[in-house]
Amino acid sequence: MLNNKDLLGIKELSVQEINLILDTAAGFKDVLGRDIKKVPALRGKTTVNLFFEPSTRTRTSFELAAKRLSTDVINFSVPTSSVVKGESLIDTALTVQALGADFIIIRHASSGVPHLLAKNLNASVINAGDGTNEHPTQALLDAFTIQEKKRKIAGLEIAIVGDIMHSRVAKSNIYCLTALGARVRLIGPPTLIPENLKAMGVSVFHNMEDGVKGVDVLIMLRIQMERQGKGFFPSTDEYSKNWGLTPERLCLAKEDVIVMHPGPMNRGIEIVSEIADGPKSVILEQVTNGIAVRMSVMYLLSGVKR
Amino acid sequence: MSKELMNKKDLDRALTRMAHEIIEKNKGTSRLCLIGIQRGGVYLAQRLAAKIQEIEKKEIPVGSLDIALYRDDLNIRKQQPVVRRTEVPFEVNDLKIVLVDDVLFTGRSIRSAMDALMDIGRPASIQLAVLIDRGHRELPIKADYVGKNIPTSLRETVEVQMEEEGVEDRVTIRKFESVEGKGAE
Repeated sequence: MLNNKDLLGIKELSVQEINLILDTAAGFKDVLGRDIKKVPALRGKTTVNLFFEPSTRTRTSFELAAKRLSTDVINFSVPTSSVVKGESLIDTALTVQALGADFIIIRHASSGVPHLLAKNLNASVINAGDGTNEHPTQALLDAFTIQEKKRKIAGLEIAIVGDIMHSRVAKSNIYCLTALGARVRLIGPPTLIPENLKAMGVSVFHNMEDGVKGVDVLIMLRIQMERQGKGFFPSTDEYSKNWGLTPERLCLAKEDVIVMHPGPMNRGIEIVSEIADGPKSVILEQVTNGIAVRMSVMYLLSGVKR
Repeated sequence: MSKELMNKKDLDRALTRMAHEIIEKNKGTSRLCLIGIQRGGVYLAQRLAAKIQEIEKKEIPVGSLDIALYRDDLNIRKQQPVVRRTEVPFEVNDLKIVLVDDVLFTGRSIRSAMDALMDIGRPASIQLAVLIDRGHRELPIKADYVGKNIPTSLRETVEVQMEEEGVEDRVTIRKFESVEGKGAE
């Protein structure tokens, strides 16, 4: 069982807890394949999506997961809420809790916000991305997808490519995949891979060809357009020339390599369409698995004693 | 302290009789399928299916059903039950389903199982086969096929062990030390 009422990051989870979430998600994937894609497990509970940063896919995925578990869902979108009138974060969250929320799904531009809320609320807080810290459910759905495709994670060579420094997805993935015994490589320009990450037991490649050689799994990250022109890389053209995933580069990986991307993709920059839509891509399966994994997390959190 | 109620032989004989009863009541195996409730019921369903196949020389579909997400005590349990796989690799619409479980007690698991089945499809009918009926029903539910009726007290628990789990086939009854304990389900 899980030890904490909240899911704040992979860093806070034990290997047993990660495996429990992944095993339970398999049962929920069954549910998603049926005509009636809904179970009564969390009837009468309330979920609030509290998104302080724009997001379509993560919010929709959480919303669907919550609905498939029979909870009622409220989407609290920031531009229309009291937050623009200057309400403090804690006040907003306490208000949401007073409305009867059992689950609060939060995304915020500042790292650590979910942790702050978790300390102040009785509801289960689930981190849907905080600043450059973590995005735990993305890492869990990635691990679930890899396990489903490769039947294991331990011993696999897994490369994460792109803007590691600003990526909470990369951070959560590093924690999760290394905990499960994979060998993780980071590939990207020196400006986007912080030196201290080597302490987490990963290897670093600044050359795409060298890094891709012999990998089982490629996780491509979105190049964040807002970083362009800030000195991290010269231009998107140059970035895609050096770090973009092309068919020639993909040939260097293992024959049965799978290609992943958390989305949204910049087609033609970090990944070409031919690969994104090709047979080695599992990008759309990641989306489906995301619902199953989020259902698993909510179900398991609901059983944690307060 | 536990007492043996059935050994390997007893269990096998009971299943053989139940297989015959299922065939008799359904006049053969046409449109018949077996679905076992996770976990004990799954092994029993597979064994019953093998026996029916031996007798009738016809294969019948077998599935497994997990009822964790349909339980009525999710709000009050100390710990959420483990979610196992539901594998029903065939259409249940218009089939006669024989639901199989190891121990019939309060009837609440069977209520959950029926709800779970209805979400998978619309069967023609649902019948119930259990290895042990230990009484103490809390819902209006009755088994169609029973391996053995065993009168119990609420302070006892019935345990069904099966070879598929790496132990010898055996049914035992045991008294709880504290009143807290609740029996098998």
